[in-house]
Amino acid sequence: MSNFSNGNKAIKPALKIIAKSLLSSRLTFSLAVLLVVVVQNIITTPTFFNISITNGLISGYIPDILDEASLLVIVTLGMTLVIAATGGVDISVGPVMAIAAGFCGLLLNGAEYRTEVFHSPYILALFVGLLGGALCGVFNGFLVSGLKIQPMIATLILFTAGRSISKQITHGQTIYVMNPVFKWLGVQIPGVPIRTTIIVSTIILILVVLLTKLTSLGLYVQSVGINGSSSRLVGLNSRAIKFMAFVICGILAGAAGLVGSSSLGSVNSGELGWGIEMDAILAVALGGNMLGGGKFSIAGSVIGAYTIQAITTTLYAMNVRADQLSVFKAFIIIVIIVASSDVFKGKIKRLSLKVFSKNVSVGG
Amino acid sequence: MDIAKHEQNSPGCIGEQCSGSGTTSPGCMGEQCSGSGTTSPSLTMTGIGKSFPGVRALNNVDFKLRRGEIHALMGENGAGKSTLVKVLTGVYPMDEGSVRLDGNPVAIHSTQDAQKHGISTVYQEVNLCWNLTVAENLFLGREPRTMGFIDWGKMNRKAAGLLQELKISADPTAQLDSYSIAIQQMIAIARAVNTECKFLILDEPTSSLDADEVKKLFTLMSQLKDNGVGIIFITHFLEQAYEICDRITVLRNGELVGEYEVENLPRLELVTKMMGKEIENLSDLNVDKDESRFEGEVPVMEARDLSSGASKVAPFDLKMYKGEVVSFSGLLGSGRSELVRAIYGADKAVQGQLFIKGKRARIKKPLDAMKQGMAYLPEDRKAEGIFADLSVRENIIIALQAKHGLLKRLTRKEMEKYADEYIKLLNIKTANIETPIKSLSGGNQQKVILARWLLTNPEFMILDEPTRGIDVGTKTEIQKLILKLAGEGKSVAFISSEMDEMLRTCSRMVVMRDRCKVGELTQAELNQSTIMRTIAGREDGNE
Repeated sequence: MSNFSNGNKAIKPALKIIAKSLLSSRLTFSLAVLLVVVVQNIITTPTFFNISITNGLISGYIPDILDEASLLVIVTLGMTLVIAATGGVDISVGPVMAIAAGFCGLLLNGAEYRTEVFHSPYILALFVGLLGGALCGVFNGFLVSGLKIQPMIATLILFTAGRSISKQITHGQTIYVMNPVFKWLGVQIPGVPIRTTIIVSTIILILVVLLTKLTSLGLYVQSVGINGSSSRLVGLNSRAIKFMAFVICGILAGAAGLVGSSSLGSVNSGELGWGIEMDAILAVALGGNMLGGGKFSIAGSVIGAYTIQAITTTLYAMNVRADQLSVFKAFIIIVIIVASSDVFKGKIKRLSLKVFSKNVSVGG
Repeated sequence: MDIAKHEQNSPGCIGEQCSGSGTTSPGCMGEQCSGSGTTSPSLTMTGIGKSFPGVRALNNVDFKLRRGEIHALMGENGAGKSTLVKVLTGVYPMDEGSVRLDGNPVAIHSTQDAQKHGISTVYQEVNLCWNLTVAENLFLGREPRTMGFIDWGKMNRKAAGLLQELKISADPTAQLDSYSIAIQQMIAIARAVNTECKFLILDEPTSSLDADEVKKLFTLMSQLKDNGVGIIFITHFLEQAYEICDRITVLRNGELVGEYEVENLPRLELVTKMMGKEIENLSDLNVDKDESRFEGEVPVMEARDLSSGASKVAPFDLKMYKGEVVSFSGLLGSGRSELVRAIYGADKAVQGQLFIKGKRARIKKPLDAMKQGMAYLPEDRKAEGIFADLSVRENIIIALQAKHGLLKRLTRKEMEKYADEYIKLLNIKTANIETPIKSLSGGNQQKVILARWLLTNPEFMILDEPTRGIDVGTKTEIQKLILKLAGEGKSVAFISSEMDEMLRTCSRMVVMRDRCKVGELTQAELNQSTIMRTIAGREDGNE
């Protein structure tokens, strides 16, 4: 009996703490949005949660969302670091995807635009693709931390030129890689029932989390993003840290390019990762991260990315036509952004305080 | 007495100006002479009072400004100089008192009102548009027009005329930022003067200028003075005040100390009036201050001919020994902070050498200094000390972690252990170690930063204003901590605006004036008159 009451006493404050941290946490908002999307689907699309196995692959709406969001998740991870460290954005991620895929396709196909034979080892081609992404990151990082150009302007260069560079690499053609092994990375490894995109994005997510938690990178990035002068005086090299954020972002964009081209079975410089930079920025914002730099939450960004994809998939499931999709999406985003703005939050807080103080005065 | 004397003097003043000058512009002269009934001073502030929540910023302050004089407004931090100027220019409404122009009471409720009455201000940071031309800046908002369109030719001609009149060598059609800060400042003054300016306020105009540029600015100021403009010159450089000003008004803690003719106020007296501290009896010191004990010892830190550039701190020599507290005194802006920043590498040294325990140390950035066992608590806690959004724990371990490097991350357990240890040691009041530092009080934030540096186990600590803006209790704790650290064999460089605080802790005092190290006072010399005399510099009595 006494044991029970003790337990009860212990539970109450614990609940209070959980409630309090839920209210103050940056994650709460993005989780709430995701929850709304899910509930909406329970009501309108009962088949939303069905999962079946077709052609040896787990399929259904949810696996689709996880699959289709995977490129955005990978790109968003890099974007999160860049935003946190510099307070600016990298808008070149889409074109960098195309460049990385271009290098990979060039090595695999040689001079041919359609072939079943790998001209170089697949692993080597992937490595060179990632290296291409890293080089783009080095270029962006040099412009920002070396020449002190605003991140958006610096990355505007590759945003503008990137797809053209990719076309130069692929000799202006869409490269079709017909060797079925090419599709392992972006579709399915024979015998594995889960789409490889889901596996790869999860592995990359884990790697990035480990990188920020096992080394001091996470702390350094936040410190530099919050206060550059303090950082310098405690011995941090803010230029190197910003540079590193851009290189990591470039490598991750490269990885997304490789996965994306593999899903399509081809390298199309004009299409691959089209418009993904804006979705990635939106995902970071939805995740409750400050776009001015400083504190960041990887979990928030990832949830943000999945939320964006869930909204798209939900709208399709509700038979919204593709040409109407962006209007609906824009409307939902406006609601989300307004609801997460500080002004709106402050109003809600004051309102709830009023209600609360009324209760108190009645009680008194 | 004083007032009577002024009134006697003043008619003479005006007469002198009218008769003795073929150079003054006719408009000005006419104005002055025609207003013959007016008795100077022509701008009078009487009994000005201004309070902010919890602070009495100005208390019954009188201020008089005559036409055609340069009047220095001097005082230390928090004396009320800028509040007084802001009341005069309508930025703040005053609580009590009145302002009169030529004897007529005026109400100034906004900066527009001030402009209307001919009062203009030029701030330390130039308030112009760098991307416009000189002429556009001069006439912004009141461009000469013909038929509704801006008459560019006329504007450039008028600008050229104005610049020539004031002997400013600038091309009206050049972009503003193609000129140095000094010229930009003069252009700002030209703009202010052009709007029917009778009174000009210059708020620390010289703090980012070099000696040559200051000279040019002074030429312009004298010229305006000859034209009959009354100038309020806010500065913390004693030499400049003596060079250019006719009169000095000193404020301290929001009160008027007095108004003085420059010739009748020796430097030493001025410094004493500004600082105002009666230095207390030093016998209660419990520090071993016998400096002979350092004889033959290798200094922990020795700077030879070190400098971080002419505009920051002139080359200096300094030795600091193990277990010693050295304090740095001097007026605001005298270069105390710049000196220690040069040692730490916060400002890059451009010449000289630094030796740590007798060995040459090359310090290019703060991390190099940290690796040599230095620590630096900066003057501006908010801008250079704290990471506002990070937790107390992260704020404490950040310097140690930076020293360890990217790959050798402290474990969570170690971090928590260190944070708990120092929270207890320094008695930091925080809800828990994960609380963001921004929600702590100023004193506790400062303790967190002290904890950050103590954790790196430094041998030589630089503390720049560690007690500024924090409560009295914490101040005493920090003073005690400094003595304790010295007792443990650490060397401490201690800067404070409070003289008695430094005297209570230090064994030696370095004195700075106008960005130069001008003296080093030993234990025996640490008394009021010596300190004040060294701060004030050249003794006027002997001239």
